[in-house]
Amino acid sequence: MDTLTVINILQSEILQWPGGDAFSQILSILFYAIFIVFIFYGQRIQMYVMLREVEGSLHKLKYIKDEGRKTTIETIKEIGKPQTDPTTRVDRFLEYFTLLPQSLDPAGVVWKLEHILDIRDARFKDEVKLMAPATDETQTNNLENTLEAAMALNYIYKIIRHFYLLGKKTLSLYIIMQIQMILPLVMREAEAYASALKAFAYGQPIGDGAGALVGAKLMYGHEKRKVPKDCVVSTVPIEGRTAYVVKAEGPGGNVGKTGDAIKTIIEENEGKIAMIIMIDAAMKLEGEEVGELAEGVGAAVGGPGVDQFKIEESILKYRIPINAVIIKEDIGDAVSPMRKEIFDAADMAIERIKQVVLEKTKEGDKLIIAGIGNTIGIGQ
Amino acid sequence: MSKASTSTTSKISSFVLMIIFVTLALSLTALILALYAFPQNPEAAGYLLLIGFLGVGLSTYVLLQTRRRILRLRIEATSITTTIECKKCGFKSLREFQRGDYIFKEVEPCQKCNDKMLITAIFREIKGKRKEGFPS
Ligand SMILES: [Zn+2]
Repeated sequence: MDTLTVINILQSEILQWPGGDAFSQILSILFYAIFIVFIFYGQRIQMYVMLREVEGSLHKLKYIKDEGRKTTIETIKEIGKPQTDPTTRVDRFLEYFTLLPQSLDPAGVVWKLEHILDIRDARFKDEVKLMAPATDETQTNNLENTLEAAMALNYIYKIIRHFYLLGKKTLSLYIIMQIQMILPLVMREAEAYASALKAFAYGQPIGDGAGALVGAKLMYGHEKRKVPKDCVVSTVPIEGRTAYVVKAEGPGGNVGKTGDAIKTIIEENEGKIAMIIMIDAAMKLEGEEVGELAEGVGAAVGGPGVDQFKIEESILKYRIPINAVIIKEDIGDAVSPMRKEIFDAADMAIERIKQVVLEKTKEGDKLIIAGIGNTIGIGQ
Repeated sequence: MSKASTSTTSKISSFVLMIIFVTLALSLTALILALYAFPQNPEAAGYLLLIGFLGVGLSTYVLLQTRRRILRLRIEATSITTTIECKKCGFKSLREFQRGDYIFKEVEPCQKCNDKMLITAIFREIKGKRKEGFPS
């Protein structure tokens, strides 16, 4: 044992000092005492060290959460012009919860989930309208996103506090240990939400909007029409093909229901779509560069899975091939204001899409290009 | 609610600070005592010296730690740049992001040709990029 050898060396060193009889005896007893304490209470001491560490992070989480709440309330006051103080309403909102549908019998669970999420969305929008009556649609969407970020921060804080207090109460090493082990990842997530909250409050484009940015760049200058739900589509000629470019309707914070939009376009064309290309931001692994592109197949849509399910259902019906181009970023980049690397990657992604279009489709074909992601701060 | 809790946080930190300063003072006293005790009892002076240095070292370390934590707690403000371009003459200008800006928003007319200008980019740049050190 490392400590033991150190103690022994120290002890013998001190014993060799001249004229230190009584003093050195006291010291050696002290050393033994420390040694015994460490043998019996080592684990407990380790536990207290861990608890201290969790406590420190908890303080930080509380600070982040309170800042988020403050920013939210200030933003509501600034752009919403409420007659009454929105603080109590915001505090009540932060405690909202959503119960996901029972999946014991999984058949049809997607529709139930979609329904629940629709209700949640409608409820949030109503709530925001009540809190901030003077907002337009864009600002309502931004405020809704801001509130959701504040809610997430509040939830993370409460969960960590729960385990901290539970660990303190039970003095169980394992309860404390499991929370201490995941703490670095939790803190990263909390910091990401904190910067997301700021971006949402100001309406700045975020990294997750990379796909929406590609869509916007493709459709800019062409005529647009709305498709359900909260999406826009425009018909863009690309390399002699006709592309239906889809994105969520900006510039408010909004991800749109791309699944429904793609389904609508496929049905309008009676399934005569040669290919679908999806562009989305995706989680990068540590060591990969921000803004790196990768290509693959499959429906590249994040979120709770409803949109991915719907897209897969509709392409299966007509056997439409689906390709995906992803722009890599980590969780911090995805929700904080868009980095230059990601912004520049959008142009490269467009080049990549053109290449795929040239290689995989014939002239005169119709195809769908879907830019996925939160379109906050990105118009069209 | 939040007001009360922030005051507790500051109370805790000031309490810790007090302990640190008391330790610092005590260890400094030990060092001075060691200086006085040296002629009569060099051995005791040695112990005092040891305790003094340990105390000074420990308290400075803890002090620096808390300071660093405070510095890290501050959420850094990033500057976001908005790029405005004139589609007609190519005139380009950069400014700080303002609330209400969005990509592809038409803004004030161009200084040169009076045509409508367009926001073409909004991004943040990270200065002093850190290389993630592992060869690919
Ligand atoms: Zn001009």
